[in-house]
Amino acid sequence: MATRGNGRVMRLAMPIKAMVQRFALLLLLAASGSLLVLSKADTVLTERARTAVADIVVPIMATLAEPVAAANRAADTVNRLLFVYRENDRLREENARLRQWRDVAARLEPENARLRRLLQAGVETQNSFISARVVGDSGGPFVRTLLLAAGQREGVEKGQAVIGDGGLIGRVAEAGQRSARVLLLTDLNSRIPAAVEGSRARAVLLGDNSPLPRLEYLPAGAEVVVGDRIVTSGDGGLFPAGLPIGLVVAVGDGGIRVQPLVDLDRLEFVRAVQFESPRLSSGGEFGRSGARR
Amino acid sequence: MLPILAPAVRRLQAIVPAATLVFLAFFEALPLGLPHGSVVMPLFTVIGVYYWSIYRPDLVPAPLVFAIGLLHDLLSGGPIGLMALLLVALHALCAAQRRVFVGKSFAVGWWGFAMVAIGVGALDWLVASLYYLHLMNPRPLFVQIILTIVLYPALNWLFNRAEMTVLRTN
Repeated sequence: MATRGNGRVMRLAMPIKAMVQRFALLLLLAASGSLLVLSKADTVLTERARTAVADIVVPIMATLAEPVAAANRAADTVNRLLFVYRENDRLREENARLRQWRDVAARLEPENARLRRLLQAGVETQNSFISARVVGDSGGPFVRTLLLAAGQREGVEKGQAVIGDGGLIGRVAEAGQRSARVLLLTDLNSRIPAAVEGSRARAVLLGDNSPLPRLEYLPAGAEVVVGDRIVTSGDGGLFPAGLPIGLVVAVGDGGIRVQPLVDLDRLEFVRAVQFESPRLSSGGEFGRSGARR
Repeated sequence: MLPILAPAVRRLQAIVPAATLVFLAFFEALPLGLPHGSVVMPLFTVIGVYYWSIYRPDLVPAPLVFAIGLLHDLLSGGPIGLMALLLVALHALCAAQRRVFVGKSFAVGWWGFAMVAIGVGALDWLVASLYYLHLMNPRPLFVQIILTIVLYPALNWLFNRAEMTVLRTN
């Protein structure tokens, strides 16, 4: 504190300064509390604030994330080199199995097309994808989200399904101009309408911040066994149906646990699925579920 | 160095603690590829605020600490205001209890940090549970706090280097 030349003023100034500091602290604590309450109450405002900051910050994050991604890729390469023989055997096996499936698919495809024409079932809508780079992680113990370096400018919209290499990873929770936040399917707040692939039994996949989300709200009498594939059901019209999610790994006291097909910890590039719900598109002749109007 | 540049250099030096905190806030949000089941990103900003609040509180005023916490919250996708609350409370505690830590050995500093980190963790759990109206699973938080405490010496050393070389404190 600059000297005022007058000793008495100095002696007054110190307690005032201390009081101002204490007041500032209380004010900031109160501000934090208010923000918490506000963000809980008004999610629209919270979303807009977060996306605004994310839009500004994403280029910085992208720059910072690059060396980290490079290091991860290097570690991955070393890992792959170490286990190259084992991986080779595994891939040969998988290749053989996939070739069989390819033959089956080739046989079924013309029959499928013929049946669809017969039923006038309409064209199977092709989804388009937007690739985006993962530049941020929530990093916290209570939230499981990702920050993407792509936003509305690239066509990413709130509510879109986000897929990784081989399956669904989550949903776009917020989309700014240049950035987007993805709620991973393992997050506490994640609710994804799902179905068991074989029986088409409808259920909901609930995240609980653990690596294995739970499958709940199955219809009574539905049988689920370990190894069943879980896919999106498309209920609610938000996601396309049939996107692979994961495999059932446990059925028991802890609930039905699903292991996501994609490794959620090592994501570098993901894709947002541009999907238009048939119900929302107006004047369309072809719906996925209905016959031609 | 030219004496005419001295005030500018001093101003740059004054930004160093703030700059380290901003960098740490960004670093905390990076996708490091850690397995989320077992590893959670440590709270580097907590270490930073602890250190600078004790050794150079003049360079990290409370509004800055609040802003750093807010930055972390906005980047993390979690409740906005949570880290701001934790860091401001931490700053208040450290600035008030400076005399306990300044000039003491490193072990005292680490021990003190461990205590403080546990307190921060407990408050984090409490506020998050209230916010989500759901008793949060404490295990990932537990891991996070342990990791933070374990990494304290490394960051303490880095900050110390920064203080000795760039800030040249007496």
